[in-house]
Amino acid sequence: MEAVIIDSGGANLASLQFALERLGVRAAVTSDVRAIAAAARVLLPGVGSAEDAMQRLRRARVAQLLPTLRQPVLGICLGMQLLFEHSAEGMTECLGVLPGAVRRMQPARGRPVPHMGWNQLTGSRQDPLLEGIDPGEYFYFVHGYAVPVSEVTIAHVHYGEAVSAVVRRDNFWGTQFHPERSASAGARLLGNFLKLT
Amino acid sequence: MRFRDHRVVGDIMELATRYRDEGADELVFYDITASPEGRSVDRGWVRRVARVLDIPFCVAGGIRCVADAEEVLNAGAEKISINSPALADPDLIGALSGRFGSQCVVVGIDSQLTSAGYRAYQFTGDPDCTRESGRDMLAWVREVQERGAGEIVLNCMGNDGVRRGYDIEQLRAVREICHVPLVASGGAGAVQHFTAVFREAGVDAALAASVFHTGAIAIPDLKRALRAAAIDVRP
Repeated sequence: MEAVIIDSGGANLASLQFALERLGVRAAVTSDVRAIAAAARVLLPGVGSAEDAMQRLRRARVAQLLPTLRQPVLGICLGMQLLFEHSAEGMTECLGVLPGAVRRMQPARGRPVPHMGWNQLTGSRQDPLLEGIDPGEYFYFVHGYAVPVSEVTIAHVHYGEAVSAVVRRDNFWGTQFHPERSASAGARLLGNFLKLT
Repeated sequence: MRFRDHRVVGDIMELATRYRDEGADELVFYDITASPEGRSVDRGWVRRVARVLDIPFCVAGGIRCVADAEEVLNAGAEKISINSPALADPDLIGALSGRFGSQCVVVGIDSQLTSAGYRAYQFTGDPDCTRESGRDMLAWVREVQERGAGEIVLNCMGNDGVRRGYDIEQLRAVREICHVPLVASGGAGAVQHFTAVFREAGVDAALAASVFHTGAIAIPDLKRALRAAAIDVRP
């Protein structure tokens, strides 16, 4: 398979599948470790809670497999957060592929939580995943937890404070926003991912 | 009549692709007669629309249980919006946000000013079924947040369909107590109504239907005007 989508128990995997379909790629949704290990690229989406998703990934033994993967992996939204060591959401041990922890966002005046909406990237670094994307491009965010900016951050977003919007280490990438729902900029990013080897 | 005679606005697919191409930031699909008719939104429709949309997609209409929501989300919706079913069974809000996360759960509130203050209404999709829910709107806004709503769409019924502008006063009252994203609905008739609701009521988003369906306001023109007024929207 050119790409597979890991079934982390989230319900809305169809939108990601449709987005890849629009790019001409039919990606299976699976939690089968052999199918995941054999795929050229792996997408880890996720809605719902970190705790619930990690339990499902452990039960399917995907949590054990994921850190060993050598092909390009893209975590989206909760999927990106799961790549880190720990999440404050349910005090959950995560995959530990990326250093750092996920924190709860605090609502403030003019800054409701969850953060939902279109926001601009800032501080984008050169990366093949962001190839051809305007450094100030708008993407669609929906999240109540966030990862502080760190050495793995390759673009961030300002929402009261700067938080990670795109992260990367080696073959592991993650986006806090939803590229599958971020119009042409999102399609470009997914297209870039599908070219990574 | 404000809530009566919902117009047939042409092919839904054609509208969905048009709004996508014009730069709409989110599409909300309301099957408004689903609740009064005791049914739930058609999954096939959701799937067809989701397939062509590359922007957020929220679906509403007779979602009464976790299984309904799961089917709608599996069909490609990002978020589900509940209104009458939440008033009938407030525990539904917590059940949905527990299962899918609060970011997935939008609570729609139809509100109207009465002699008893702002009240929440139920079954507004059918004028013959519409009834006052027995709840104070502001108390309901507080309660749905405690129960796990991730977003509130406040539809000000008195302004809906009359195109004289959003109900700024009512939306400001809700903004004061609303810590989750707040979407204004009801009353948009001109570009300056959008500018006013963002500036004066501090809402996170503004929803409109008829002015877009009829072409009275073109989305690219609206976005240019908002950006010229220093309101941060995606171009």
